Amino acid sequence: MKIELTINGAKKTVDADPEMPLLWVIRDLLGLVGTKYGCGEALCGACTVHLDGNATRSCVTPVRRAQGRTITTIEGLSPAGDHPLQKAWVELGVPQCGYCQAGQIMCAASLLAAKPQPNDTEIDQALAGNLCRCGTYLRIRAAVKKASGQ
Amino acid sequence: MLPRVIRVVMIAGLLASCSGRNTAPPGPTPQAPVAPTEPPGGRLRAVAEFGSIADKPARSRALFLEVSRVLTHPRCVNCHPTDDSPRQGDGGALHDPPVIRGANDRGVAGMQCFGCHQDRNAELARIPGAPDWHLAPLAMAWLGKSPAQICVQLVDASTSGGKSLKQVHEHLAHDKLVAWGFTPGADRRPPPGTPADVAALFAAWIETGATCPNPDDEVPR
Repeated sequence: MKIELTINGAKKTVDADPEMPLLWVIRDLLGLVGTKYGCGEALCGACTVHLDGNATRSCVTPVRRAQGRTITTIEGLSPAGDHPLQKAWVELGVPQCGYCQAGQIMCAASLLAAKPQPNDTEIDQALAGNLCRCGTYLRIRAAVKKASGQ
Repeated sequence: MLPRVIRVVMIAGLLASCSGRNTAPPGPTPQAPVAPTEPPGGRLRAVAEFGSIADKPARSRALFLEVSRVLTHPRCVNCHPTDDSPRQGDGGALHDPPVIRGANDRGVAGMQCFGCHQDRNAELARIPGAPDWHLAPLAMAWLGKSPAQICVQLVDASTSGGKSLKQVHEHLAHDKLVAWGFTPGADRRPPPGTPADVAALFAAWIETGATCPNPDDEVPR
């Protein structure tokens, strides 16, 4: 089935089963591999993208639900890579292995869009579903605060 | 002596008549009685089954206790918690991953219910889904409460999320989230009855005066 999508500001048409997880479409059909597969059950957050600006687990979102909505992946968060979160991530050297970081940043970006100056609790609550096996949580929280100008 | 072919035909006819075959006139095939289909979670007693309770308040209490078999079921109370965290499973485990109610009962920015819960179940990931997945407001917290406590909450709109009994009835009868609970999919155990069954009992409870059970009344099994 032909499905029209708006992803990172561009119109794309894919031929996919409407129930195919959005993550598969993003990575396998559109070649945007910045978004990662982690658990496939919405338990780790590695696959987080934005649908209409809201953090969404693409591994459990059927592509049919993305039709007519705006999809943003880590590649589209800031074409130049200079989103405040990305800059803070670099400055504080947040990642270790890096696998979860795209999901962490996308979730944090969704938080900052709704709450520009979050406190520690609000950051922890928003990112509670994004796991980091390297344990970079303290640097993640610090980078979110730095990006928010705190 | 009769020819062999004629003997075979006669014996076959005799056997057929003894077995009853080919003797009945053609007509509609009799149908075996069809047993009523029981809902996957078992049945709720019908309103008519309470008709033998002559005392109206007693009948009303009995009707609510039957309704409470649904209201106290994990598929319902898991999303009617007394705190900010939904529960999951039949044991009422805290939601995994950890999530927070948020200002509008739909999670917080970055971690909203609809970020994972779709408009229908995600079978492979075993994530339940229905339109507008969300928690009941804190004012409608039922988790761990007795039938009498839930009833007292319901009859007072100020402790029932501002909902009148008619609105609660509407919620039971037609809310898509409630309907999901009765067909939850995967290995999730549904409550007894159907939305229509529980709504009929709830309506009968209202009609009989909406009398609450006694504090020590337990959920019938």
